[in-house]
Amino acid sequence: MIDVNLNSFRNQPDERGRFGMHGGRFVAETLMPLILQVESAYKAASTDDEFAKELAYYQTHYVGRPSPLYFAERLTAHYGGAKLYLKRDELNHTGAHKINNVLGQALLAKRMGKTRIIAETGAGQHGVATATACALFDMECEVFMGEEDVRRQKPNVDRMRLLGAKVHPVTSGTGTLKDAMNEALRYWVANAETHFYIIGTVAGPHPYPQMVRDFQSVIGKEARRQILDAEGRLPDTIVACIGGGSNAMGLFHPFLDDEDVTIYGVEAAGKGIPSGLHAASLTGGTPGVLHGNRTYLLQDEDGQIIDAHSISAGLDYPGIGPEHSWLHDMKRVNYVSATDEEALDAFQLCSRLEGIIPALEPSHALSFVGTVIGEMDKDQILILNMCGRGDKDLGAVLPMLEERGKL
Amino acid sequence: MSTRIKTAFANANAEGRGILGVFVTAGDPDAETSAAILDALVTSNVDIVELGMPFSDPMADGPAIQAASLRALKGGMTLAGTLEIARGFRQRHPDTPLVLMGYYNPIYIYGVDRFLAEASDAGVDGLIVVDLPPEEDDELCEPATAAGLDFIRLVTPTSDAGRLPTVLGSASGFVYYVAITGITGTRSAAGDSISAAYARVSAATDLPVVTGFGIRTPEQAGEAASRSDGAIVGSAVVEIIADNLGPDGKGMPETVSKIAAFVGDLAEGVAGKAG
Repeated sequence: MIDVNLNSFRNQPDERGRFGMHGGRFVAETLMPLILQVESAYKAASTDDEFAKELAYYQTHYVGRPSPLYFAERLTAHYGGAKLYLKRDELNHTGAHKINNVLGQALLAKRMGKTRIIAETGAGQHGVATATACALFDMECEVFMGEEDVRRQKPNVDRMRLLGAKVHPVTSGTGTLKDAMNEALRYWVANAETHFYIIGTVAGPHPYPQMVRDFQSVIGKEARRQILDAEGRLPDTIVACIGGGSNAMGLFHPFLDDEDVTIYGVEAAGKGIPSGLHAASLTGGTPGVLHGNRTYLLQDEDGQIIDAHSISAGLDYPGIGPEHSWLHDMKRVNYVSATDEEALDAFQLCSRLEGIIPALEPSHALSFVGTVIGEMDKDQILILNMCGRGDKDLGAVLPMLEERGKL
Repeated sequence: MSTRIKTAFANANAEGRGILGVFVTAGDPDAETSAAILDALVTSNVDIVELGMPFSDPMADGPAIQAASLRALKGGMTLAGTLEIARGFRQRHPDTPLVLMGYYNPIYIYGVDRFLAEASDAGVDGLIVVDLPPEEDDELCEPATAAGLDFIRLVTPTSDAGRLPTVLGSASGFVYYVAITGITGTRSAAGDSISAAYARVSAATDLPVVTGFGIRTPEQAGEAASRSDGAIVGSAVVEIIADNLGPDGKGMPETVSKIAAFVGDLAEGVAGKAG
């Protein structure tokens, strides 16, 4: 039999939830029946026109989709190379791409008759999006957030509380996203029958990586259509930042089989890869098993997980979605990195030149864009996923800019 | 099934009681004390020793065992070190069954074949790997069984009738019934629910079914062991280590003696002599 999957990068995962060797279902038995339930409910929903219609309704009227694809004229002039387009997912309701996925999963939970929701959050954007959807659909919401992130992302903590969510600060481990996910999983194990866990990124046990990717793919589908409208052709290059990798997977997936489109995923290099203080799982990690899936991880030679470091709470995760790991192995996507300092510079540059204050996460991607776009021809096209806005980061960024005499 | 595990259940059965299993983490709080604690378990009449392989992110464990893992890692414990502790234990105690319990990643990184060869050679009888459900059997369960190690399954309150045959199909040694829907050491199950679960699970397997998670006292151990084929205690033992550390974070003579006393009480509870 001919395996049609070999002809496409868009037909993963297999029935075991594997993307090549990555992915899978590495969870405690308590969770297995639930994960199988989520999988069958998602399978049914994804072929149901009513579900698609309901999701599309909220995407249009509540989130404000489609988000614009904006030609960034001044950044383009500044770099002096290819035309730079920004996919403006920072304009979504709640200020980031996270809501795309949350609405999909919340509607799925509703279909399954679950009214209590669990979420983990790093930067707080996924937590805010989940709290928002729970307010909208009258669901109980409990968000797990590392105490270090509670401190550096206070405005988002306040938003979640205002929206009626309960925020659990997580003190175990280093008090960041990885620990929040451990704690959310523990809470789910203890409340398996009643609660639905809305995972915020393309990671975790099958079917989450696939499901979150599908919900986020609205980004890439729109961008594809919009660039064809604006330029009459596909982009030469697309770029997105990667923590767990959901905004990137959402932009990349509809372009994976367009072999002329060059794709870059930008990880957080923190204080630099050689320093060891970074969050670049693909550039500086090895395959392992954590949080329900096999994927590239930051770990020591004994298989113990190493804490990630990044200025951006949203990228501060020692793993990455398994589909990215597979695309890395297949060499379809180029995974690169940008440091804290480079992201800070891009944060300021974008604010000054475009009047768009980007989140620290896409600032990493923009910083990388600065290293390649100048070498491209002026008639070439590059799309950057502006996946979040930077209001939440001002508390952390302003003192750093002042300290460096840049403000 | 491992001969030692089989014998342990047969011996307990002959005495008209269930088995007592005790969990401690390898290298908690340090390698030397850890070995002494294992010796104390044997002299305090534990039937099956469960030795935890420390992991940085134990997602099915409560605060007590998380802390135990971190103490062990901080003290420099590794998977190789855990296998050394197992080997030493086997040399000193030829008959007591020894089961390694933990998470998959350290084994995966060590190399499955190398791990299985060294564990067998060290005299380990079985494995409990929390994050490997039957859907991932080709990762470790199948090669472990082929290498002669028992692969002990966790069955939970969420493992319904449709699920049980899948979970038990590749199980060996014994079945570990997780009495609560939750993480280790957090809450306790009622006696009636243990009996109901025992009836349900033992009808689906010929293996002995023991109860664990949330068993904290000799009375609870006695009840769980009388309502199933045995009781496993972890967090309550590990907490004694946490409460009896020297100023340098290492073990003291009373760390071991207090565990010996408590575990002795557990054994009496299981033997029906508690209270």
